[in-house]
Amino acid sequence: MYIFLIFTNNIIGENMEKKLYDKLVLEHAPKEKRLENAVIAFLIGGVMGVIGELLVEFYGYYLHISRSDASVFMIITLIFLASLFTALGFFDKWVKFAKCGLIIPITGFAHSMTSAAIEYKREGFVTGLGANMFKLAGTVILYGVVSAYIFGLIRLIIGGI
Amino acid sequence: MTFRFDNVYIRDVATVVGPYESKGPLSKKFDQSYDDMYFDCDSFEKAEVKILFDSINILLNKVKKDKSDIDLFISGDLQNQITASSYVARNLKLPFLGIYSACATNVEGLIIGSNFLENHLVDNVLVSVSSHNMVSEKQFRNPTEYGAPKPKTATFTATGGASCLLTNKSGKVKITAGTIGKVVDYNQTNPLDMGSVMAPAAADVLNTHLNDLDRDITDYDLILTGDLGIIGKNILIDFMKSEYGIDIENIYNDCGVMLYDLEKQKDVLAGGSGPVCSALVVYSDIIKKLEKKELKRVLYIATGALFNPTSVFQKENILGIAHAISLESI
Repeated sequence: MYIFLIFTNNIIGENMEKKLYDKLVLEHAPKEKRLENAVIAFLIGGVMGVIGELLVEFYGYYLHISRSDASVFMIITLIFLASLFTALGFFDKWVKFAKCGLIIPITGFAHSMTSAAIEYKREGFVTGLGANMFKLAGTVILYGVVSAYIFGLIRLIIGGI
Repeated sequence: MTFRFDNVYIRDVATVVGPYESKGPLSKKFDQSYDDMYFDCDSFEKAEVKILFDSINILLNKVKKDKSDIDLFISGDLQNQITASSYVARNLKLPFLGIYSACATNVEGLIIGSNFLENHLVDNVLVSVSSHNMVSEKQFRNPTEYGAPKPKTATFTATGGASCLLTNKSGKVKITAGTIGKVVDYNQTNPLDMGSVMAPAAADVLNTHLNDLDRDITDYDLILTGDLGIIGKNILIDFMKSEYGIDIENIYNDCGVMLYDLEKQKDVLAGGSGPVCSALVVYSDIIKKLEKKELKRVLYIATGALFNPTSVFQKENILGIAHAISLESI
């Protein structure tokens, strides 16, 4: 009983009930510009797609390689540029503006790894850079592999090979 | 719990700030400012140690004292296990108390120091506080270069070091009372909305302070909270009205809102935060107004959010704390 009292005392504030306070907080919550953000992300994401496609065409035409090989070249180019711009210190400003338009494409993946690498460089190559570089990207890799496996399995069961 | 003090004076203060603060409305009032977040050091952590140490050196120069004249050094910051303060204490070679109440650290330090002085245990106490935007971002959020978008409720950790010399020799500004706050829990879990976490703590300590001293809101010229930001500020005004029936709107302001120009400096979102945020505003602006007798009596409530990244990821509530001191011009 005593423990229970301490517990409830801590959870509920002095006088005002928790739910009433949540309502007060909600009343003061500022409106985020969701539509504007979505439109910006859509347009910038679209532009990223166009740049990718142009790069694929470019590599295919000038290097005389297949479309799938050209795609790999395109991905390497975008990863390189995103990492370079992160290291030069202005990619985070672009991300602040474009939001998911730059975070979702491969550029966001490269950016998350480079930014973590820069951040933890001072803590040493193993304990800092090595241990923290995948801090953000690790989740993407893990669940990317897991979901690819699951969906591959579903496809195998439903559609044959 | 409120203490009255009769024997505690603020001898002088010093402030050192980073680039964002020096572009704000108080820019001309700081003692020193830097244009770069590294301050010529090779890591952000070392940079924070440097500004904290700078603020102490400036203060000692101002009052023409040697560090051996100081009896006790009280300091706190936001680095893991308050290491910035510890490294400064190593250089100072003074008896050192390291303290932590997140962004309420400064007033906690002033209350502890005042009690030592009031009981005639020491003559000079140095109270310091610091925070660094990039150190906090790295520790509590994403890598600094990642630049992940944040909601408008988020506050911006101020960069700076602030120091204050408390003494028992009569001066222009006196600390007359201090109230130690209780930890409050209103089931808030969003680390990007600290104003909502801390507003009830500020309200609780304000109400306790007024009741303990049998004072009214009109006994003060100004009531200041530490770093609620613009959203927390409005929540507190409404909360005080509905919970305690006190209207503070006309004499109340928040240091997080005063430190930056919220219209021009969009990066700061809801306003400034961090232990140094309230110290920068009070030391650079309010103390000077008290010295000139433009203000007679000010209640300074520093507010803090108690959590760490692990507790947030484990879905624990974020707790609020606030401490208050009353400053009077003599």
